[in-house]
Amino acid sequence: MTAITAQTDSVQAGQRASRSELVAFGLMVVVLIIAPLYVYPGFLMKALCFAMFACAFNLLIGYVGLLSFGHALYFGWAAYLAAHVAKVGTLQIPIPFVHVWLTIPLPAASPELALLVGTLTAALLGLIVGLLAIRRQGIYFAMITLALAQMMFLVAVQAKFTGGEDGIQGVPRGKLLGLIDLNNAITMYAFVVVIFLAVFLLIYRIINSPFGEVLKAIRENEPRAISLGYKTDRYKLAAFVLSAALAGLAGSTKALVLQIASLTDVNWPMSGEVVLMVLVGGLGTVFGPAVGAVIIIAMQNYLAQVGEWVTVIQGVIFVTCVLLFRRGVVGEIARLLRVRL
Amino acid sequence: MVEIFGVPSQALFGQLLLGLINGSFYALLSLGLAVIFGMLNVINFTHGAQYMMGAFVAFLILQYLGLNYWFALVITPIVVGALGVLLERSLLQWLYKLDHLYGLLLTFGLALILEGVFRNYFGSSGLPYRVPDSLTGGYNLGFMFLPLYRAWVIVVSLVVCFGTWFVIERTKLGSYLRAATENPTLVNAFGVNVPRMITLTYGFGVGLAALAGVMAAPIYNVSPQMGAELIIVVFAVVVIGGMGSIMGAIVTGFGLGVVEGFTKVFYPEASNTVIFVIMALVLLVRPSGLFGRTA
Repeated sequence: MTAITAQTDSVQAGQRASRSELVAFGLMVVVLIIAPLYVYPGFLMKALCFAMFACAFNLLIGYVGLLSFGHALYFGWAAYLAAHVAKVGTLQIPIPFVHVWLTIPLPAASPELALLVGTLTAALLGLIVGLLAIRRQGIYFAMITLALAQMMFLVAVQAKFTGGEDGIQGVPRGKLLGLIDLNNAITMYAFVVVIFLAVFLLIYRIINSPFGEVLKAIRENEPRAISLGYKTDRYKLAAFVLSAALAGLAGSTKALVLQIASLTDVNWPMSGEVVLMVLVGGLGTVFGPAVGAVIIIAMQNYLAQVGEWVTVIQGVIFVTCVLLFRRGVVGEIARLLRVRL
Repeated sequence: MVEIFGVPSQALFGQLLLGLINGSFYALLSLGLAVIFGMLNVINFTHGAQYMMGAFVAFLILQYLGLNYWFALVITPIVVGALGVLLERSLLQWLYKLDHLYGLLLTFGLALILEGVFRNYFGSSGLPYRVPDSLTGGYNLGFMFLPLYRAWVIVVSLVVCFGTWFVIERTKLGSYLRAATENPTLVNAFGVNVPRMITLTYGFGVGLAALAGVMAAPIYNVSPQMGAELIIVVFAVVVIGGMGSIMGAIVTGFGLGVVEGFTKVFYPEASNTVIFVIMALVLLVRPSGLFGRTA
């Protein structure tokens, strides 16, 4: 798995953040604060949701070297569950084999509950898929995650609560903890920024923890990590569930921001899109995924009028990145400045 | 009317036939993937798009050159295979030294490009392709009606699959190929031009996909997205069968098509997910796949 990493970082566990990372983080916070003055907040919030999604994905591919080609599963299903809880509230879960529904009464229009249920759903799905997928390595891992995601896409097409082609529309943002009205664009933006920064810092903490060091060891040389006595399957599964849960948080937030959950969120092109974001930004860099997400979402926004050509352009970027630009934007900057980002 | 397990025999055998048809395409495509993976160590995500191109080339040469199905059957695999050779020489060959995942990402990007371009020019709705006159009609077998074209597809793909198996497992050329899969450096040292062999293998695998596309054109409509969803199912087929064995790919392909057909009869809601469920079960019981070597 060594070749997949854009840069090797040799920081010791528990070492303090490097100055370059602190500067970049400060810069990011400043940009997040002043950006709404210049850019439409709706676009910013969407970009932040995808930035979270890409960061969660990077935790897996950048730091464990596992390519999941089905991350739309967690993003999309979390969005569905969050949208459902926000709109309807009450959850009805079919119990297999006995025709009984487990009913969990939840209040509608409660954003914190919606995010929680969405994230937990994604974590649970991540656990199931992870348990199956980590039984195979490398290329098979990618194919298994893709196939299981496709299966759950087909389930989403058939399930009634997802609204089929229409999706779940008109999702209410509600009041945070019953106090803060999220229908106001500025409070919603602040809420999304807080979630994004929390996810960002959590991932930063994970990759620089002793646990994160073991993950990187698995990425570099799994047999060696096994021979050193690490139960690598457990580490991989834990990273997978964490990544899925955070992708779910991103999807749930997206459902509240755009007030819709649809089949687009759960279909395979979405899985490809998040790979593209991380690839463009820089695999295995801390800031790359967020930068990549902003680039791709901005591109989609500005190229909306060219219709189908967006797919072609994305494909061209894929090919270019893989052949010529494997470090990604942030990876290249870090290399030029000789710093860690 | 005859009934089997409470199902009219017409419906049962009809779905069995459909299952065999789908199985033919699964087998042809997973065979191509397995051959390519064996030599190139690349999972060819473009395979679905190349299958789609096969159908489109058949459609276009009929439309603009007036060349019918029989010409398409020969010309299309050569044309699309040649494009595959070009692709391998220009792009893929630079990735062999890198992690396998980059090959997957590159071919995924190529698939996006190809499908996007075709959607721009031909729209998303399917274009019809007529069954050739000599293969229209069918036979009434008493327990079911057998359309001639469908029987033809099954027979051709069986012949092509077993032909490929024979060449790879039983001929001198095949032994070079297998040896190069095991140890390319050594085979190269013996004076076999391994890079050229790799290129031609890719061209051959792509040609198989194109052939499947031509045969699919009269059954399904010719549409830009016909390959995208199929290739994901084929990935599941490959995971179930394991890519180590040619025969494994063929047997798994046909077998899963039949299972899918039967599911349509007995539990239609699950018919499009059953292959994925089987994949999950196989991963639990035999993680290396039914025919896979433990890596």
